[in-house]
Amino acid sequence: MDLGPHAAFIWISYAAVAVVVAGLIGWLLLDGRKQAAALEALEKRGIKRRSSASAE
Amino acid sequence: MQTLTQQLANPTRFMDLSARVLPWVAGIAAALIVYGLYLSFFDSPADYQQGETVRIMYIHVPCAWLSMMVYGLIAVSSFGLLVFRHPLADVSAKAAAPIGAAFTFLALLTGSLWGKPMWGTYWVWDARLTSVLILFFLYLGLIALRAAFEDESAGAKLTAVLALVGVTILPIIKFSVNWWNTLHQPSTDFTATVDPSMRWPLLVMALGFTLLFFAMHLKAMRNEVLRRRVKAMRTQAVAGRDRLATQPAE
Amino acid sequence: MNSFWALVRRDLRLAVREGGAIGTALGFFLIVVSLMPLGLGPDLNLLARIAAGILWIALLLAALLSLNRIFEADYEDGTLDVLATGHLPLELVATAKSLAHWLTTGIPLALLAPVLGILLNLDLPSYPILVGTTLVGTPAVSFLGAIGAALTVKARRGGLLLALVVLPLYVPTLIFGISAVSAAAGPAGMGAAFLILAAISLAAVVLGPIAAAAALRIQLQ
Repeated sequence: MDLGPHAAFIWISYAAVAVVVAGLIGWLLLDGRKQAAALEALEKRGIKRRSSASAE
Repeated sequence: MQTLTQQLANPTRFMDLSARVLPWVAGIAAALIVYGLYLSFFDSPADYQQGETVRIMYIHVPCAWLSMMVYGLIAVSSFGLLVFRHPLADVSAKAAAPIGAAFTFLALLTGSLWGKPMWGTYWVWDARLTSVLILFFLYLGLIALRAAFEDESAGAKLTAVLALVGVTILPIIKFSVNWWNTLHQPSTDFTATVDPSMRWPLLVMALGFTLLFFAMHLKAMRNEVLRRRVKAMRTQAVAGRDRLATQPAE
Repeated sequence: MNSFWALVRRDLRLAVREGGAIGTALGFFLIVVSLMPLGLGPDLNLLARIAAGILWIALLLAALLSLNRIFEADYEDGTLDVLATGHLPLELVATAKSLAHWLTTGIPLALLAPVLGILLNLDLPSYPILVGTTLVGTPAVSFLGAIGAALTVKARRGGLLLALVVLPLYVPTLIFGISAVSAAAGPAGMGAAFLILAAISLAAVVLGPIAAAAALRIQLQ
């Protein structure tokens, strides 16, 4: 596909957006997993959150 | 019947709802962006002036739009925190800031790359790019201010005040930048008028990016809710260490 | 209103007594302006063209240095807590302190600007206009700066953070301040830019203390 003499600018623009968006998504997914794991570890140790304790 | 924001005030409720909604938002966003990319490259014409580089517009404009929309969202969340004490308002503001800053940066980057073949330089002090640059500084200020406080509650409220000050002064900044620009460049108008044949791909991409942001924002909010739970539980663990040691776990 | 003016007078007295801070701001102003020709070359025509811009930017930077003074000392020794619980509303406390800052720092900087203009070959007709615009624009500098000072009074590395937070707020003042000076020589005159500058300062005087007080209240809890 011929994108003209300035094709590089077009590719780099789209690539930059792709990289940043992918990076953001990656960070969000990894962070989510990290928090969920920490939460699980704490719950295994028997620590209750106040709201679940009072709901019982 | 409670309003949506009232229903979402309960973090647990929010987690349930967002877990169900998120895959849909992400899926539709992906579909729209794929469709938009197809349209941008294969179903829209080259500009008679700019040639193919007009295709950069299809990602630059959505990024620029998001940079402003997200700041507005942060302002609304900040208002919700300070005036209504909505429990998730700060979570929303905190989650949105880095994502908004990233899109603002992308708006600047793509704007610069669009400008080089068009105007010959990588940076031009036109009204729009300059306004986006200052908006970037406002985002950095929000992130830096929050990071400077160990007391999360104080950091949250102060960042909210800054966000509201920022949103109040933003129209004045844009007005002053426009003024400054017309002073120094009275003739050139860098705004590319959008040809009708390009409006549809632009709309699709803008919509896709907006949904993409909301998917990321929901995920970031979920992460933040989890982070705060973890922190609260760790505090309890430290406080109750004696209790756990002397009594059997329930 | 007595308490308001008492607070202003107290801040003025303190500022005069510790003198050094005002001197530092003025000295910084002088040094930055002196550095410009060293960096840009001694071409007097060039300097004359950009003199207003250099003076305004250097003025803003010098003012930045002095901003954290507005609330810091009183926060650290507990006076701010006393003021917050006193019968003067915190918004008026912020107003009084911002006003004192303008009187002790803003005005001196504004008055020094034309003197430094000599270093930059500022053309003669611009002198009174420069003084006019800086005197009208520096209230915005003090009152908007006070918002930043209030937000960062308790923060780690407050000084740098203050600069990052406040500089975007200064953009309209900078643009219209310089615009008024350069427009004065032109056909249309400086009227529009000057009026807008005045409006911005006025808005800053009225609204700035509200934001500053809100920020102080959050940190005094």
